Amino acid sequence: MASIPTQASVVVVGAGIVGNSLVHHLAELGWRDMVQVDKGPLPNPGGSTGHASNFIFPVDHSREITDLTLDSVRQYKELGVFTQSGGFEVARTQERMQELRRRMASAKAWGIESHLVTPEEVVEKVPFLDPSVIVGAFWTPTVGVVDSVGAGTMMRESAQAKGALTVSPNTEVTGIDVENGAIARVHTTKGVIETDKILIACGVWSPRIAAMAGAAIPLTPAVHQMISVGPVPQLAEQTGEISFPIVRDMDTFCYERQHGSDVEIGSYAHRAILHEPDEIPSIEAAKLSPTEMPFTDDDFDPQLEQALELMPDVLSNPDVEIRYAINGLLSLTPDGAPILGESPEVKGLWSAAAVWVKEGPGVGRAVAEWMTNGLPEIDVQGADIARFHPHQRTREHVKARTSEAFIKTYGIVHPGEQWTSDRNVRLSPMHEREKELGAVFFEVAGWERPQWYESNAPLLEEFGERVMDRTAEWDSRWWSPITNAEHLAMRERAGLVDLSSFVIFDVFGPAALDAVQSIVLAQMDVGIGRVVYTPVLDEAGGFRSDLTIMRLAHDRFRVVTGAAHGMVDVKWFTDRLPETGAQIADLTSSWTTIGLWGPRARDILSQVTKADVSHEGFKFGTARTIEIGSLTVLASRISYVGDLGWELYVPMESGLRLWDVLTVAGREHGLVPVGLGVYGTTGRIEKGYRAFGAELDSERSVIEVGMARPKVKSQNFVGREAHLRHREEEPKTVLCSLTVDDHTSSSGEKRYMLGGEPILSKDGGPLVDGHGRHSWVTSAGSAPSLGKHVLMAFLPPVEAVLGNQLTVVYMEESYPVTVAAIDATPLFDPDNESIRR
Amino acid sequence: MTLVFVETDETGQVVLTSAEAVTFARTNAEALTALAAPLPAEQPSGHSATQGEVAQRPEGCSDESLRVEAAVIGALTEAATNQLAALGVDRIHHLEHPDLEAYSAAAWAQALVDIAPETGTVLASGTPRGMELMAHVAVRTGARMAANVVAADEGGLLRQVLGGTAFERLVLDGDLQVLTIAGHACTPEETTATSPEVLDYELDIAADDLRTRVVRTEVQAVDGNDTSGLTQARAVVGAGRGVGSENGFGEVLELVDHLGGALGVSRVVTGLGWRPHAEQVGQTGSRISPDVYIACGISGAIQHMAGIEGAKTLIAINTDEESTMVQRADYAIIGDLHEVVGAVNEEIRSRRG
Amino acid sequence: MDILVCIKRIPDISGQVTLDASDTDIDDSSLGHTTSAHEECAVELAIQTAAATDGTVTVLTVGPAEAVEQLRAAVAVGANDGILIEAEDPGAFGAEDIAQIIGDVIRDRAEQGQSFDLVLLGNDAADTGDFQVGIRLAYDLEYPVLTGIQTLTSGGDSAGSGGSGTIEARGIGPTGTEVFALELPAVIAVQEGGVDPRYPSITGRMKAKKARIAEYEAPEPGTGNPRIGLELPPEKTSEVTILGEGPDAAGALVDVLEEIGVIRS
Repeated sequence: MASIPTQASVVVVGAGIVGNSLVHHLAELGWRDMVQVDKGPLPNPGGSTGHASNFIFPVDHSREITDLTLDSVRQYKELGVFTQSGGFEVARTQERMQELRRRMASAKAWGIESHLVTPEEVVEKVPFLDPSVIVGAFWTPTVGVVDSVGAGTMMRESAQAKGALTVSPNTEVTGIDVENGAIARVHTTKGVIETDKILIACGVWSPRIAAMAGAAIPLTPAVHQMISVGPVPQLAEQTGEISFPIVRDMDTFCYERQHGSDVEIGSYAHRAILHEPDEIPSIEAAKLSPTEMPFTDDDFDPQLEQALELMPDVLSNPDVEIRYAINGLLSLTPDGAPILGESPEVKGLWSAAAVWVKEGPGVGRAVAEWMTNGLPEIDVQGADIARFHPHQRTREHVKARTSEAFIKTYGIVHPGEQWTSDRNVRLSPMHEREKELGAVFFEVAGWERPQWYESNAPLLEEFGERVMDRTAEWDSRWWSPITNAEHLAMRERAGLVDLSSFVIFDVFGPAALDAVQSIVLAQMDVGIGRVVYTPVLDEAGGFRSDLTIMRLAHDRFRVVTGAAHGMVDVKWFTDRLPETGAQIADLTSSWTTIGLWGPRARDILSQVTKADVSHEGFKFGTARTIEIGSLTVLASRISYVGDLGWELYVPMESGLRLWDVLTVAGREHGLVPVGLGVYGTTGRIEKGYRAFGAELDSERSVIEVGMARPKVKSQNFVGREAHLRHREEEPKTVLCSLTVDDHTSSSGEKRYMLGGEPILSKDGGPLVDGHGRHSWVTSAGSAPSLGKHVLMAFLPPVEAVLGNQLTVVYMEESYPVTVAAIDATPLFDPDNESIRR
Repeated sequence: MTLVFVETDETGQVVLTSAEAVTFARTNAEALTALAAPLPAEQPSGHSATQGEVAQRPEGCSDESLRVEAAVIGALTEAATNQLAALGVDRIHHLEHPDLEAYSAAAWAQALVDIAPETGTVLASGTPRGMELMAHVAVRTGARMAANVVAADEGGLLRQVLGGTAFERLVLDGDLQVLTIAGHACTPEETTATSPEVLDYELDIAADDLRTRVVRTEVQAVDGNDTSGLTQARAVVGAGRGVGSENGFGEVLELVDHLGGALGVSRVVTGLGWRPHAEQVGQTGSRISPDVYIACGISGAIQHMAGIEGAKTLIAINTDEESTMVQRADYAIIGDLHEVVGAVNEEIRSRRG
Repeated sequence: MDILVCIKRIPDISGQVTLDASDTDIDDSSLGHTTSAHEECAVELAIQTAAATDGTVTVLTVGPAEAVEQLRAAVAVGANDGILIEAEDPGAFGAEDIAQIIGDVIRDRAEQGQSFDLVLLGNDAADTGDFQVGIRLAYDLEYPVLTGIQTLTSGGDSAGSGGSGTIEARGIGPTGTEVFALELPAVIAVQEGGVDPRYPSITGRMKAKKARIAEYEAPEPGTGNPRIGLELPPEKTSEVTILGEGPDAAGALVDVLEEIGVIRS
């Protein structure tokens, strides 16, 4: 057997659909001298690809996943391994029908053809299904099945044909050497390979390989049960692999697909059965393949019963036997997203893990582009391996969240739904006070953040109709009118917000200015004490982040960013520091932040400090240290809610004291604690503030989101060239704010959109922008100051006209909307007087 | 003393496995003796010897307990006697009776029990018959039994378990131990030839022990092409996706014919509707154990491999040298199956002349 | 004919095994569990014979509580009910003990009105391979016993409960298929190869879930297991011999086939 090369540009671990797709795309992009190893034989080395059910439903609520899926389908079609079968997602309950209506919204938003159909229409295409057990279905004609092993083989061989790749099957990685924080070489059972890059694409084994380098790929092997029954006479009459549409029985968390004369039944309904990556049996010890674990009948029995209900004629036939049954292993992650990109822990360690067959080729292309030029065409920031906070990389967290998430695979997941497991990991110093105030906690990045305070319930009476209450259960799930009441109280008096979850890091050292200057769009050569809000762009001029930077000294800048995306920002900055002269220190756990905003904010603050906090004495956009009693507080006069006020930074251990001092002082001014419902949604949406991950992503330019500044600084920064080019181009899309004109549904109940809904023309026609994107709602929320429900959406430039009448579709009903802003102009306080008083 | 049940074939020769068992008994005599209690001076009871010299010990055996004696049921040919002599047997018990002509495990076992020692070992080779008889002997003598023994030393017996993937070490308590010796645990070894005395017996067969007698023996007919053909065939030719289409089985079927064997296919092939399910080999089809399995264009999906574990010789014809099938095979040809199988058929035809 | 089939929960092994910490058993933590192929054939034979004689099939096992899965699996393919003799550590028992325990339960069932015309077992268990439980059981019950049986044909007067009737049994002997005629009740140990065990149907599986399982508690081991420990053979690396590339290698392959002796003359 051929020995393994001693050097490689990259060692790709894994020859499943992901690894094979990666070597293909890397070769296409010019990579040479690659080595691909797999501990199993070819073409099916025994990983999850080998037992995948290989069907693809394109519609997902996540745009990122949908994009990857559509790109994958395109690639499978090019390889000639895609067979279109069509697919039904059938509903047994009205609740599920509502979810399917919501799915229609996603289909329209992503521009995928789908229809809601009656049970009779389902039976026309799948005659052996009992129509009496279902109430309707979601039909997607472009659903299909693929040959993922065949596709992978072709892709791998194309890379070999280019002379770009040496493939070494039956080769196990036994160790990884890391030197100076970077990959140095990979040890295998067939020899040692010198390389500075390892690409881990070996699915359920990925954590094990990453751990050899001291890095984490926080996924867990989990069981997905699958049986194959046959021969089914109704299917045997048909020739070929698949001649009937695939059926997803959504309420029983099962799918049924034809496989020649057999029917394969898969389930996500059973208990979460997790395995340890180190305890997956070896190829030699496995009965079938290592990822086809022994079937556990008891877990599957209830699903059988339900499948029998749906397809009684086929499955009650005593000659139809259960011929194959496995507990198939697949990869689950704590947040459900794949794990892609370069590890923040070890330079040169890349991950492409927790990827399903439906996304494999798309992920292969995206990660290959990312490795080649730092920039995948499809925005995959939601899957960035750098996103994990330390606690999220722990085995305990991974197990807790994946156990909870498993059942959500086919579940009805509300966009606001909260996790119940592994909570109370990160508590702010004010946590006990907040509990006393009846805070309802939502979790982000482990932080328990008050979404609203039940103690503010009396405000509901005070503001009456203005709280815009919602009667529909779905619209008001994970929501409270108290948020709107808190909003109004803040706008009229003042609000106190716990912002402990901010990710805070300092860039410091003699080259600190050059460093931040080269990373962010805004001019950073500003006076000490200035606070700058700035986009962070990638090389193509798309958004990597938006954040706030305080210049604390000539050689020290403090970066404040959101909890969800903060870890990615830390890596982005770290990767772009000069060799010497600038360093980064993560201070997230050192500082807590309390926001104080509202017309009475100055009255309250001046009551507890002797410092000059007048408009002239403490200008907007500045920060400085002030004394509040015996506390030294870094006060920064900015606002994400659009009102006068400060972010007050104190060491964690003093947070409670500051909270108490402000609470006492605020009492006579009507200060109320305000939850993140205001900070994250109502406050920002009526001010037209954009949020990263909703409006801001790598696809849209600064111009398209309406955040261009009059001038571009002369100093170079990442994405400057592209940004300058964008400024010369006509925008392909325009971010607009829209107001809903009438909320009344056909039943008479008022309905409130939650985000993700398609925006159509007034007469219901699709709107497609210059990126080829259909228009959809990126953010939705109450604007209590306006008494309106506000939506943000990218519209084709011709539609971005003030007063333009359009339609939003919610749960398959149309509601009229009006374009209210075609740039960043706030709907509330358009001149920003509240902030600057 | 160790008593070995010896099987002979139709021509009266000692069968190979029995020769192995005798050799095992002789070469492990000390260990076997150590594992059982010392032999008492008196000869075994419970039988009626027809000759007075039965009780005498053979000459030249320094230690009574190390003696190896053979029991032959039915006709005892001179050839067998000579074979046993060459294998170093000290004495031959010849058990012949009209009621023992047709096999009945209980009756045969009782005949052995009648001459079995009170202390020592009774063993047979691990053939179906050996297994069955030894189990009867064990029950009838109140002894414990170990099947498929491969080795013996002072620390105990070692025997195959888990289909040969592991060994069990054990010690059988009691004065008498009953064993079967796993096939090919040792090779027959001739030694300084003895001149074993042959003891004939007048046997008393209990009617009750004849209840399970063979009423007739049928010579087996070779089956056709149904599933049982597949599971019984000595040679199976396997065909996978590599065949290319429903019409691509020509060469493969010709080879099946040359071998008088059966066709087996992978799950993909039946999934595509190219061949009926009855021909499927693997996890969800038939599990086969032919003398030779020739896998043509089958990469070796694990589900398929599960069905061919029993094949004694595995031959792969595949374009991919790294495929599972080639890696697991005993022999392989790298190449296109149509070309290779076509050439093999031609070669067979030409050799046949 | 009412038939009892004795089956055993065993780890589902197809490849390499590892030993547990005590070195007295294999590590089955990542293995599934099943019954031996011989026993699957015994169940299949029982189902066919019972169907032909309008009888019933009961499956029995001595094993841990989880062994109920194996009983249910047998019910899923057509057995009527099950008997679980619970023994937390079945490895502590010797073949003598198992036979005794089963014999006692069979007598107890008879006292309770459930008697069996025929008791089937596998020829030997795929894990321990003791080859003697069936025979020991037969002696305990004072029934005639056959081993290595592949097919059964029920004879004349059938459904007599607890005794009468005959059965014809076939197994492979040294010179051909041996045919036995046996008066019932009897014990028969079955060898695979005569019948193809069926897979469960979905309705069968549904039925299995609700199967009636009589439960017994196994007594303390009497004779006990003579096992001292397990040992693994040294690892084997089977190296493939490449006979050549393309059609030129045909001759070498035919040589191999001739050596094995499978080419029809």
